[in-house]
Amino acid sequence: MPTKLVVDCSTGAVEEIELTAEEIAQREADAKAAAQTKADEEAAAAAKQAEKEAIAAKLGLTAEELVKLLG
Amino acid sequence: MAITYVAIATTTVGAGGAASIDFTSIPATYTDLILKTSIRTNQSAPDDYFKITLNGSSSNFTTRVIDGNGSTAASYSYTTSPGSQIAGQANGNTSTASTFANSELYITNYAGSNNKSFSHDGVTENNATYALAELGAHLWSNVAAITSISIAPYYGTSFSQYSTATLYGIKNS
Repeated sequence: MPTKLVVDCSTGAVEEIELTAEEIAQREADAKAAAQTKADEEAAAAAKQAEKEAIAAKLGLTAEELVKLLG
Repeated sequence: MAITYVAIATTTVGAGGAASIDFTSIPATYTDLILKTSIRTNQSAPDDYFKITLNGSSSNFTTRVIDGNGSTAASYSYTTSPGSQIAGQANGNTSTASTFANSELYITNYAGSNNKSFSHDGVTENNATYALAELGAHLWSNVAAITSISIAPYYGTSFSQYSTATLYGIKNS
């Protein structure tokens, strides 16, 4: 069973406590949401890169040349 | 001379790992809080993040970060959980063995009655080309005094052994 470390700042006492079923479910939901957010970010970055390359192709430039031109 | 920078509490993760590190019963006697971390997680990647929960709440966070990883720079904004709870860096378990990411969070006026803003800076460590450095600006839109802080891995599920977190109190006099 996964545990959490709980530090009581009023006493300095540290306890290792097992996660509740609700906390485990929340942790799994958060992990799925984090993975989805990452996938969305990577898809957005890929789409942006594809747009740049399409524009560069219309101009007869490579994407790197377009970046240098705009820089 | 007044003591203005006080270590309130510290903890180190044991052999079994930890799903989170929770600081509870934080006294309201300081002006600001600083949380310093040295973190590694079980995420199968060179790096990970950790997320923050304040007073048990994962809602009403807004986060904007800028980072660089040795080859690219990027910025991200998050207004929904869990992305909006990102608050610092962690090494993942494919980074160089026995290395840890370092982060510092600065929480201003944590015991006041306004919304709570905080910032973080963090770096991962890796004996390779890839490593991440990041700055973050954060807002928790909640007027309650902060009495508890919890941090947990973002992608991973467990902090690795020897990860540490220390909470400091800052007084203005």
